[in-house]
Amino acid sequence: MRKLLISATWFLFILIIIFPISFIVTGAFEEGWSGFIEALTRPEALHAMKISLYIVVVVTIFNVGLGILFSLELVRGNWLARWVKPVINAIIDLPFAVSPVIGGFMIILLYGPETVLGIFFASFGVDIVFALPGMILATMFVTFPFVVREVVPVLEEIGEDVEEASRTLGASKWRTFRQVTWPSIQWPVVYGAVLTIARSLGEFGAVLVVSGNIINQTQTVTTLVYQDADYFNVVGANSLALILCLISIVTLLVLDGLKRRQEVLRSEHSSEGSV
Amino acid sequence: MNIQVKDLYKNFGDFQAIKGVDFSIEEGKLVGLLGPSGGGKTSILRMLAGLEEPSSGQVILNGKVANGLTVQEREIGFVFQNYALFKHMTVFENVAYGLKVKKVDKARIKQRVEELLELMGLAQTINKYPHQLSGGQKQRVAFARALAPKPKLLLLDEPFAAIDAKVRKDLRLWLRNVISEFGITTIFVTHDQDEAIEVADELLIINSGKVEQQGTPWDIYHRPASRFVAEFLGNSNQLISPVTLKGFEILQKYQDGQEWKENSSVFIRPEWIEIRPLDVSYQKNAGETAEVTHVHFRGDAWYIELQLADLKLFTSLSINAPRYQVGDQVNLLIHKLSIFSDVGNEIAGNSLLNVSLSYHI
Amino acid sequence: MRDKLEKYALRSILIGYLIVLIVAPLSAVYVQGFSLGLSNFWKTVTDEMALHAITLTIRLAVIATLIQIIIGTLIAYVLTRYEFPGKRYLNSLVDLPFALPTAVSGVMFLMVLTPNSFVGQMLDSIGISLLFNQSAIIIGMVFVTFPFIVRAVQPLLENLDEDQVQASYTLGASKWRTFCKVVFPAILPGIIAGSLLAFSRALAEFGVIALISGNIPMETLVASVYIFGQIESFNTEGATAVSVVLLTFSFLVLWITNLTRRRGDI
Ligand SMILES: Nc1ncnc2c1ncn2[C@@H]1O[C@H](COP(=O)(O)OP(=O)(O)OP(=O)(O)O)[C@@H](O)[C@H]1O
Ligand SMILES: [Mg+2]
Repeated sequence: MRKLLISATWFLFILIIIFPISFIVTGAFEEGWSGFIEALTRPEALHAMKISLYIVVVVTIFNVGLGILFSLELVRGNWLARWVKPVINAIIDLPFAVSPVIGGFMIILLYGPETVLGIFFASFGVDIVFALPGMILATMFVTFPFVVREVVPVLEEIGEDVEEASRTLGASKWRTFRQVTWPSIQWPVVYGAVLTIARSLGEFGAVLVVSGNIINQTQTVTTLVYQDADYFNVVGANSLALILCLISIVTLLVLDGLKRRQEVLRSEHSSEGSV
Repeated sequence: MNIQVKDLYKNFGDFQAIKGVDFSIEEGKLVGLLGPSGGGKTSILRMLAGLEEPSSGQVILNGKVANGLTVQEREIGFVFQNYALFKHMTVFENVAYGLKVKKVDKARIKQRVEELLELMGLAQTINKYPHQLSGGQKQRVAFARALAPKPKLLLLDEPFAAIDAKVRKDLRLWLRNVISEFGITTIFVTHDQDEAIEVADELLIINSGKVEQQGTPWDIYHRPASRFVAEFLGNSNQLISPVTLKGFEILQKYQDGQEWKENSSVFIRPEWIEIRPLDVSYQKNAGETAEVTHVHFRGDAWYIELQLADLKLFTSLSINAPRYQVGDQVNLLIHKLSIFSDVGNEIAGNSLLNVSLSYHI
Repeated sequence: MRDKLEKYALRSILIGYLIVLIVAPLSAVYVQGFSLGLSNFWKTVTDEMALHAITLTIRLAVIATLIQIIIGTLIAYVLTRYEFPGKRYLNSLVDLPFALPTAVSGVMFLMVLTPNSFVGQMLDSIGISLLFNQSAIIIGMVFVTFPFIVRAVQPLLENLDEDQVQASYTLGASKWRTFCKVVFPAILPGIIAGSLLAFSRALAEFGVIALISGNIPMETLVASVYIFGQIESFNTEGATAVSVVLLTFSFLVLWITNLTRRRGDI
């Protein structure tokens, strides 16, 4: 029975994950190294990488920075009436439930060229839809929950005592945050940031809808993969896919390391009482 | 620092946690806030610290209204119930924190921290992290950290709650000594009355958001101002239903057949009950004959239960006193009892004793 | 005073961020939906193609979730209960389908199942095709929902007392009986929570499906791809109406998930 179950597990993993991934590798190297390199250094590929990088950087900065502030206010802020917190909590979860295509569509509905806001921004020469700002907004929407979801439970767990202790010792708010709160939340923040980076790099549906997928303009790496696949450019699609796949694997390894680290820290805390 | 609190109120939403509290505390006093759980002790302490804003009323520190002052400006030391040590800092860094904030120079910080840790008996732990310390050690680090910046007022919220009984006893005597050495005004919260009585110069009894009584432990114990205080502090025999007791004709005033009138409650402290041999000669008539029904060894005293007609009473007896057995007939002398009722409270002495003890409170 | 100003500024920024990023766009979909008017909305939703896309999505998401319940529970069980070589690697691999960009996953299955590949040829020779039909959609959905049930069940299995299992054995229960009466009830909340997550993810999935389903109207066109098609052809009405349905469905699932989670806490 035991043998059978273990074999079944191996079989499923190989069938569903390992075996398919091997096809990306063979696809990428169908024309050897040179084909692989060429696919990655095409002008449109390089441009797509640049756009993806912009998105990742801007989205990560915003969502990490504001995500931390948000978590702090959500957990510590007593100005929010009691019924507001669950509502905000629910709102934060919403992006997870929304189909990426709809995520992009929303942005078009709100900021599209024919909407009030769209016209307003256009009058300043800023296009939102079919341009970088819309893609950034869409990605921000999709990745908003990651940092908040990681940081909120930790803030709740450490409680307000230590921060109050710091204040009674005369420390300012900023000093208290930097020296007392931050050390406790830094790894969760990093964890959330890694998730945000990975997801904003990999986001496809929302970006495809908002960007219009204009080559050498609003194309990201994922939408270029899609286009290559559509045009039967096997080497092009698979080379980029392989890079993205490797990045995902690295991300998982980093997250795994961080999780282990947190577990070690947690077990240290829980041994506090018993020493 | 002397402290005055005027007409303090605190609401949490619709819930009134503090309902008009007034008191004042003189410089250098060690004051205990004592009361049942949920009474509002922590809330009062936090308002003094500036961690919580009063809904109305004033907190006056050293003659100046402190309501608008932030926590940082009040120069207080606060020791939290769960220590709230910074767990990613060593003992040294924890204690040095408040001094660093004050931008004291490095050498002075080192000197002061080492001095304090020496005094606290923590010199060995200086480079350890909080999770490597025992409960009692953590407690002392928390004290040292609060004391390091030389606060004008030390506030302690149930400082010993999380420590086991034996260590707790040692620590509270130690605390008393440290505080009197520093001469710093201190307020501590507790719901352990032994601790309060043993440590405090003065007690504030807090119940459901109000101050029931302020005074020295001795005063409060011997002259409780309310039924609540009498019940809460120390053990007492309460006379549930009316009885006639020799020498306490006064009780008639408060009873109406089989009921107490005017919401009266009558308490007899165990030490107001004296057990004497049946053939005692001194003031024999002031006592009544009772039977010993239970004798129990309590380590430092005998705990004795007696039956006096329909009334069950308990008292304690020094271990050096003559021993009584279950079933012995004794002469039981009640010296006084306290009565709390809507028409006034009083402590009544036994009228058959020649010394008059009655006074009103 | 400056302090107060700072505080209010910060709060306004945070609330504004939430509104600009999440609340306003989501409302925009509903506002647009209502502005169609009820009869118009109804007509658009019950359009043959739209209705088919919606029902197809729900049906296939249910099937994918059911498959996932079996695979996921099995894998979670093996990964927590047994020690065997390679276990750690498999455990880390569980999250890969979630971490992989969906466009990448789509290309991957396209490569595997295309008639040119040896897999495609093999399948073809026994008369099976798994590309550009409904089984392709199910494969895509199963792949992207792979981690949900495993990760929801694993912690429950870890917390399950070995004593309970052994107590059951000592009482003479067979392995199968023990699984049904002791293990299964303990992990059921995880299975439910995990399948709700998997279901809502399957409903929402776009990237993989767009690449491998063939997107044939009335046959393999799912709701998210339908919406995409409507947007591409500038048919805002059609996109809005189906979005409203799909969104409402997803929120419902999210709400139920939260309810069951809260129940579990108590
Ligand atoms: N932040 C808060 N929000 C709502 N109610 C509160 C809050 N803090 C305290 N309370 C309520 O105010 C009352 C007084 O609480 P407080 O903590 O001051 O009591 P306490 O005397 O310190 O009790 P304990 O001995 O149990 O610590 C309690 O009924 C408590 O539930
Ligand atoms: Mg308290």
